Amino acid sequence: MTIFSDIGRYLLMIKGMFSRPENGKMYWKELIHQCTEIGFGSLGIVAIISVFIGAVSTIQTAYQLVSPLIPPSTIAQIVRDTVILEFAPTLVCIVLAGVAGSRIASELGNMRVSEQIDALEIMGIKTKTYLVLPKIAAALLMIPLLVVIAMALSIWGGRVAGGASGIISGSIYDKGLLEFFVPYNVIFALTKAYVFAFIISSVPAFYGYYVKGGALEIGRASTKAVVVSCILILFFDYILSALLLPT
Amino acid sequence: MIEVKNIHKSFNGKVIIEDVSAVMKAGQCNLIIGASGSGKTVLMKCMVGLFEPDSGEVLYHGQNFTAMKGHDKTEIRKEIGMLFQGSALFDSLRVEQNIMFPLSMFTDWHYRKKLDRVNEVLARVNLPDVNRKYPAELSGGMKKRVALARAIVLNPKYLFCDEPNSGLDPQTSLVIDKLIREITVEYNITTVVNTHDMNSVMEIGNYILYMYKGEKEWEGNNKEIIFSKNQRLNDFIFASEFLQDAKDMRMLEQKGKLPEDRNMDDMLK
Repeated sequence: MTIFSDIGRYLLMIKGMFSRPENGKMYWKELIHQCTEIGFGSLGIVAIISVFIGAVSTIQTAYQLVSPLIPPSTIAQIVRDTVILEFAPTLVCIVLAGVAGSRIASELGNMRVSEQIDALEIMGIKTKTYLVLPKIAAALLMIPLLVVIAMALSIWGGRVAGGASGIISGSIYDKGLLEFFVPYNVIFALTKAYVFAFIISSVPAFYGYYVKGGALEIGRASTKAVVVSCILILFFDYILSALLLPT
Repeated sequence: MIEVKNIHKSFNGKVIIEDVSAVMKAGQCNLIIGASGSGKTVLMKCMVGLFEPDSGEVLYHGQNFTAMKGHDKTEIRKEIGMLFQGSALFDSLRVEQNIMFPLSMFTDWHYRKKLDRVNEVLARVNLPDVNRKYPAELSGGMKKRVALARAIVLNPKYLFCDEPNSGLDPQTSLVIDKLIREITVEYNITTVVNTHDMNSVMEIGNYILYMYKGEKEWEGNNKEIIFSKNQRLNDFIFASEFLQDAKDMRMLEQKGKLPEDRNMDDMLK
């Protein structure tokens, strides 16, 4: 029964955050702050992961393409499509669930346990609107941007690794990137990024906002938030692929 | 004035508050006392709207706060300041930003005016030169004073203090008590203090509500409490031998039988 009560409270939290802000300027300031935290705060790890994903994809794809009938430029096509369709949106968002999601859950959890949320309520501030909405809005703004950066860096990482290991030259790689390119794949990846961004921000916000107890419970809420976010990301990855990709 | 009428509150079937009524007057320090788990904090949270009572009413100057929704409730809350047990300062903000926060949210004052007000309330709680510090850099007593400054920065009509002396040494506790009393009288605020510190009770208790296992057991003031015949109250307040001695001496003093070398007032001080 807990799962139904959790879903109910989650939906009530989402509903509760849509109310008129007390002071637009303060909410804007909070949105910018959250954009900085979620966007710039995660940029380093996203960049590192993306470059290595691209590099590994190139090497492993080359390893599997043993037939002399397949042109080397196919490696670039495969890397491009796997990165755009899967690695950049899904893997990066799973990493972001750990980085940004745990931060959101522990920040709100700490605020709840140390009565800071109660203090805001007493002041007459709508805490769901002030604390949760800017985080979700910032995630919706920044995470698709991070996914686009991850796509570019992964493809670039693949190019560098291909050249460095002598698997594929830069010019052939570039030629392969332009062959059979389907722009819809980028739209599909961005759709996934928006859905995952909502999950990454709202699920940890829920676990943090409603935490009860002390420091131990904040840690537990943070872990649970990351685990549930990752499962939901994989579940919606499957649903969106089944619904949006023509087979 | 705050009126509490027949408040009931339970959690998961366990009754925490049962039929509690009280009247908290303006310009006075109204104390809710009782042992840990007696329902003091729950009662206070029902009063400020952090908990919804199962039944009963909380009236702020005759307006039924419990029945209010949305905007009306927010308007009353803007007139409430609260000092939390753990201070509840925003960790990521400096002292100045913490106190300025309600001003930035609810006024359109320019920065200079807000800063002047922040400095004014910081001076009021005797804390100059801490503007740029973070809460983590302050002592427990300083945090309480900053929280008190934040609570009064919007000139509230009602001030709630949840165990303002918990974790503080007796001397700092006295400073906080003195500040609460002075601010209450100075701004004619209806102050409600939740405590089990007997020094506070004797120092600032204009009205005292004693809670026992979720029920109102006794009410009176700091002069009446010493001579109360209520056994449960006596067991609570005279848990310390020192206070029991003080009470016995007061009795002897009243009967004119106090030895000449002993002075009751010196002892109480």
